Amino acid sequence: MLTAETNTAKIGLMLAAILLFAAVVGVILFVATLFRGRRADRWVAYAYLTPTLLMLLVGLVYPGLRTIYQSFFNAAGNAFIGLDNYKVIFTDADQLTVLRNTVFWVVVTPFVATAVGLLYAILVDKTKFESAAKALVFLPMAISFVGASIIWKFVYEYRPDQPNVKQIGLLNQILVWLGGTPQQWLVDSPLNTFLLIVIMIWIQAGFAMTVLSAAIKAIPDDIIEAARLDGVTPWGMFRFVTLPAIRPAVIVVLTTIGIGTLKVFDIVRTATGGQFDTSVVANEFYSQSFRSDNQGLGAALAVLLFLLVIPIVAYNIRQLRHSEAL
Amino acid sequence: MFGQSRSQRLRGALAGTLGVGLVVGLGACGGSGDSDDDSTAKQSIDCSAFSSYGDLKGKKVTVFASIVTPEDKAYTDSYKPFEDCTGVDIVYQGDKSFETQVLVQAKAGNPPDIAIVPQPGLLKQLVATGKAVEAPAEVAANVDKFWGKDWKGYATVDGKFYAAPSGASVKSLVWYSPSEFKDKGYQVPTTLDQLKELSDKIAADGGRKPWCAGIASGEATGWPITDWMEDFMLRLSGPETYDKWVNHQIPFNGPESTAALDAVGAYLKNDKYVNGGLGEVKSIATTTFQDAGLPIVNEHTCSLHRQASFYAANFPPEVKVAEDGDVFAFYLPGKDAASKPVLGGGEFNLAFADRPEVKAFQTYLSTDTWANNKAKVSKGWVSANKGIDPNNLSNPIDKLAATILKDPKTVFRFDGSDQMPAAIGSNAFWKQSTNWITGQDTKTTVDNIENAWPK
Repeated sequence: MLTAETNTAKIGLMLAAILLFAAVVGVILFVATLFRGRRADRWVAYAYLTPTLLMLLVGLVYPGLRTIYQSFFNAAGNAFIGLDNYKVIFTDADQLTVLRNTVFWVVVTPFVATAVGLLYAILVDKTKFESAAKALVFLPMAISFVGASIIWKFVYEYRPDQPNVKQIGLLNQILVWLGGTPQQWLVDSPLNTFLLIVIMIWIQAGFAMTVLSAAIKAIPDDIIEAARLDGVTPWGMFRFVTLPAIRPAVIVVLTTIGIGTLKVFDIVRTATGGQFDTSVVANEFYSQSFRSDNQGLGAALAVLLFLLVIPIVAYNIRQLRHSEAL
Repeated sequence: MFGQSRSQRLRGALAGTLGVGLVVGLGACGGSGDSDDDSTAKQSIDCSAFSSYGDLKGKKVTVFASIVTPEDKAYTDSYKPFEDCTGVDIVYQGDKSFETQVLVQAKAGNPPDIAIVPQPGLLKQLVATGKAVEAPAEVAANVDKFWGKDWKGYATVDGKFYAAPSGASVKSLVWYSPSEFKDKGYQVPTTLDQLKELSDKIAADGGRKPWCAGIASGEATGWPITDWMEDFMLRLSGPETYDKWVNHQIPFNGPESTAALDAVGAYLKNDKYVNGGLGEVKSIATTTFQDAGLPIVNEHTCSLHRQASFYAANFPPEVKVAEDGDVFAFYLPGKDAASKPVLGGGEFNLAFADRPEVKAFQTYLSTDTWANNKAKVSKGWVSANKGIDPNNLSNPIDKLAATILKDPKTVFRFDGSDQMPAAIGSNAFWKQSTNWITGQDTKTTVDNIENAWPK
């Protein structure tokens, strides 16, 4: 096992790893030069692709197949139990809550984030302060999910409604200013799941805004002018000109956020740890595999996640190709 | 692209030579990473106690544990005399995600030589991987000599004894403010009824609520309630029933469980008792366990907080933790003054190799010599090793814990959730306890845990 204890040893280890990488690349380049003749370019391509394929096989295909295999076994992984793990996912009360939350996430996040991003992109388009306004919404993209969750945990933070006790959570302070009593936001299900979804939307709206804004700017001016000459209303402009023109971009944004949302783990784990009925498939997969020591169920949840993501990924890639072909 | 130009071929050859050269070069300098810093002079250590271990020069033993900086230093320091006298090199590695890592390592076939395992449940899982080795006879003899029989039982799987206990903690403690007790004339209770009377009295005196509690701990949220419930299980139904309950020989939703959880509810779900300065009952769910006891010394909004001996570290440095100081703890009383059940935790040194140097080190760790060496260099560390000299313990709370552990009347029981299967002990029990404090009734709670028990 490679362990480095001092900092010099760690840096040495890093340098060695970089050199090793350079060496491997060097060997591949060398091997590629050995081929000549009519079919040379094909062999060169194979030489370049082999390492990638090998790594995909070892790092992705093999673990993937192994996970599927494991999902048919019991908690300890030593007895075949058929589809029982999948039955648990779709019958156990806790697991059904997990599925319900995942549905909330996937239905709400992509649409709201895209809608917010689109609205914002249209509103700030061609205004004086466009770049500043865009930067503001884009900033959360630069924050990690864990960081964003910690920020929002403070927003939702609760202090009791007692004399001499000051609210430190933004949301509760606003509530107190309005004459309400502070709430424990992250405790009540299913409201807490939606409050967690807000975090994801806060992060992803910037991404949607950037992509959609670029798409809007790419709409040919003559189409817009023609529509104006025909006396189109602002709504009509959006409905019949802007939206059809940026449709491929909207779908790419929707599916990309959808994939990210299905796999959401960091936000749930950081903000609630999956407690108070907020767990989602990706988080449950982790706690079943590593905390609950139920590898079979964990693997089944991972397979389920995989099955859910595949159609969206396929659709996303098709749309991407489609929009590139235009 | 037909054929290649001369320069291209040259470049290829160059790349190849470079690559091969680097690989060879790397091979040559591999294995020089492990630096030895045994330069500390062999101080006046009496090596006579170590002569039986023999000469282990040039040998290496790896230790893997969940204890990280700064507490790990006391461990490595306590290994020093052994290293200096036998010449062996002990390589210590701490990792916060030890519990998952050590299982992965054991299953993958590259476990450490010795793992410091903090839960009997995990110990059983590790033994089940087939990679752990039985403790040598010397270790078993030491454990018979220095520990109670119950401790040996926690490290025994299917009749085979695997690991000597190391550190221990006492969980049946209630934190309070000695000065407040003195001012208001409160007495430290010695029976459960007295504890109840005291709580009522503090509540009636007004100005503050008697108890404060908090169970938030990330994904482990809920664990402090499992400790509360275990404490009451132990007190209301006795140690024998407690053992049956932990081993699932009686159901989790039986009358004993329900009584224990209801007894906890009489405190934690009682609006008159909680949650001093932190909100209503539900606020227990979102108050971190680290913050929960602080109102005793900071805002003076509560008087009592039930938490283990390690909680001492959570008070600010200017707070004096002592019987005559700002805050201290008393033993959570038994049903009557005569019975003294104690809930606690501890760690075990499990070996995955039986090389002579590993055996020797394991034996050293099971002696009173090591326990005293460790106590001397630690702050906030206790062992249930009977050979430990209380004078070597640095602070009053450790002394209290050691006194409780040594008391012949004490009936020690290991934290139950640490012994239950992971699906319960580190999942359903936490989760359902959290649901319970936020409003779920006792029956649903114990039923759900019973249903989650692995079949």
